[in-house]
Amino acid sequence: MIRHRVRLVQALLAVLAVALVPASELGAQGKGTIKIATQSPLSGGQAALGEGIKLGAQLALEQLRGNLTKQGFKVELVPFDDQAKPDVGVANAKNIIADKDILVVIGHLNSGVAIPSSEVYKEVDLPMISPANTNEKITDRGYPSVNRVCGRDDVQGPVGAEFAAQTLKVKSVYVVHDKTTYGQGVAEAFKAEAEKKGVKVVAFEGTEEKSNFDPIITPIKAKNPDLVYFGGIYDQGGPFFKQAREKGVKAKFLGPDGLDSSDLVKIGGKTLVGLYYTTAAAPSTSPQAKKFGDDFKKKFGKNPEPYASESYVATAIALKAIESTVAGGKPPTRATVAAAIRKVKYAGMTGTIEFDDKGDPKKASYYVMQVTSDNPEKWGENKEAKRLAIAAPPLKK
Amino acid sequence: MRMDFDLLVRIFPEVLLDGIILGFMYALIALGYTMVYGVLEFINFAHSEIFIAGAFVGVEILLGLQARGLLDGFPWPFVLLLALMAGMAASGLLAVAVERIAYRPLRGAPRLIPLISAIGVSFFLQDLIRLVESLWRNAFNLVYPSIDALNLRLELTETMDVSVKSLVVIVSALLMLWALHLIVNRTKVGTAIRAVAEDQAAASLMGIDVNRIISLTFLIGGAMGGAAGVLFGVQYGLINPYSGFIPGLKAFTAAVLGGIGNIPGAMVGGLVLGLLEAFAASYLSLLTGGAFGAEYKDIFAFSALILILIFRPKGLLGEVVRERA
Repeated sequence: MIRHRVRLVQALLAVLAVALVPASELGAQGKGTIKIATQSPLSGGQAALGEGIKLGAQLALEQLRGNLTKQGFKVELVPFDDQAKPDVGVANAKNIIADKDILVVIGHLNSGVAIPSSEVYKEVDLPMISPANTNEKITDRGYPSVNRVCGRDDVQGPVGAEFAAQTLKVKSVYVVHDKTTYGQGVAEAFKAEAEKKGVKVVAFEGTEEKSNFDPIITPIKAKNPDLVYFGGIYDQGGPFFKQAREKGVKAKFLGPDGLDSSDLVKIGGKTLVGLYYTTAAAPSTSPQAKKFGDDFKKKFGKNPEPYASESYVATAIALKAIESTVAGGKPPTRATVAAAIRKVKYAGMTGTIEFDDKGDPKKASYYVMQVTSDNPEKWGENKEAKRLAIAAPPLKK
Repeated sequence: MRMDFDLLVRIFPEVLLDGIILGFMYALIALGYTMVYGVLEFINFAHSEIFIAGAFVGVEILLGLQARGLLDGFPWPFVLLLALMAGMAASGLLAVAVERIAYRPLRGAPRLIPLISAIGVSFFLQDLIRLVESLWRNAFNLVYPSIDALNLRLELTETMDVSVKSLVVIVSALLMLWALHLIVNRTKVGTAIRAVAEDQAAASLMGIDVNRIISLTFLIGGAMGGAAGVLFGVQYGLINPYSGFIPGLKAFTAAVLGGIGNIPGAMVGGLVLGLLEAFAASYLSLLTGGAFGAEYKDIFAFSALILILIFRPKGLLGEVVRERA
């Protein structure tokens, strides 16, 4: 009986193998395949943002690959799930560099994942264009293959501090962060600038807690600061701010772009209306951004999450660079694409993007936004409280 | 420094309350670990997922009521009781099923083997919950709908207030611990549980159906975990399929701290751990001028565990059931 089953399985496998072979041979026809990979968390607590990165890239690919397919190339997207974990990101990166057809990586969401993964890409000069990683180390390593289309934490943190000091005119701030590369990094940059601007930082706390913030909130309530700053991501910031408000903390709330997700108000409801966040993601007000939002909604049946538009822009830049390097009808090498990316000038919905010699945009826009509604559907209508265009700081030697 | 001292005194009652609430939560979860250990001398590592499964059933009930517009229609104690009952039933039955499928076939095996099976069940359940919720709601984080009456804060003193839901946690935990105490010590079933814990072979010779009693132990422990899950969700608001792991680990610590296998010990251990955590998180940075922050609270909790294991290996209260044998 058991032997029969084994035979049956073998027979089934054989049938499957025969069925699959023609399909893969079909793909090899034409001049070759060009693949663009995405790496972002597609599962886990930050999947909403990670999914947006994947879908933004998918939309760009489908709308803009025409020039390459006309020349006989097959252009494909290969999404990877990095689970917001550095080890998973690096393991995926090793699979990505092994696939010779992959010419560009669009990713990641988390700086703590992007930094070790890009060490792997760099070994084979595989270019990475990040839609979302704001940690300064991403580009400050000076790798020729690593770029980003968004801003930096050492600017974003200070933008928040400047807004707190000059627009909100707060006198004291309580800083909490999530102890990750991203959250702690931006919180430290915020703290340094706030102190420079004369705002008193009454405490600087890190926590990995996800549910019970009571013991952290009690001292905040007792110290009664004008502002609470949280350096971290919405799945932790949401419950933290919600519990703080419920427990009677009256301070204003501010955080970085990790809070920029409609899931934040899904978690916090009306307790979070009025919260400020800084972001490098453009609000969807320009006509180009509006068209993107409409296309996105039509195709995927939901509103784009923050960084979906940056992912679209990053993918568009990648395609432009590939187009410029296709010579003699052959797919280009990774190193030539990497070099071409640095020469692209792209005018898109997030402004005109040109990379400097570290891979930062020559000029990036930063926005301070305020939550206006507890309805997650209306996240796109949050109010722009301040906008700044700032050049990336030069490399500190 | 003077001002900081005032602050320490001022927040003391509030921190105490935070710690007590957290402690009761740990105590309720710890009961599941300790009862199973008392009967089978085996640590059910899947209990953290049985706990969070209760939280998911509770949130589904509340979201279901909300979708039909009934959440505000019924009085809140009824709604809460409904969610608690459903969570308890689901977690209790889940625990029984886990025992039947994953532990009973291994009962004669060396002790390490059911332990590994338990860790496997834990991973399996985490991703099963994730799968079901992704298919059903396409969501990873689920938010407990807020019930206004539960969020109301009662002013105790000028600087201190407590929310109704925190009181609900304390009161329900006390009620359940009292009910459990009655079941174990005053009923025939409880006598049978204690008999099986003392000596399975002898109990079976006295006409006790050992398998049924073991199932019952899992049912009660699981139901307590499920109730804790619902209360956890109501209190902290946000759950995901992996939320059970850390509270489960802490509750296990609490069970060992109090003396694993010992029911009052689980309660004492839970309270001690909750208080330690709350005080460490709130006071560390104030006392050290910011040199050590709230992030070190877990180091305190687990250092306490190590100290207890070194100096009182049987826990604070010892292993009452065994010592009697």
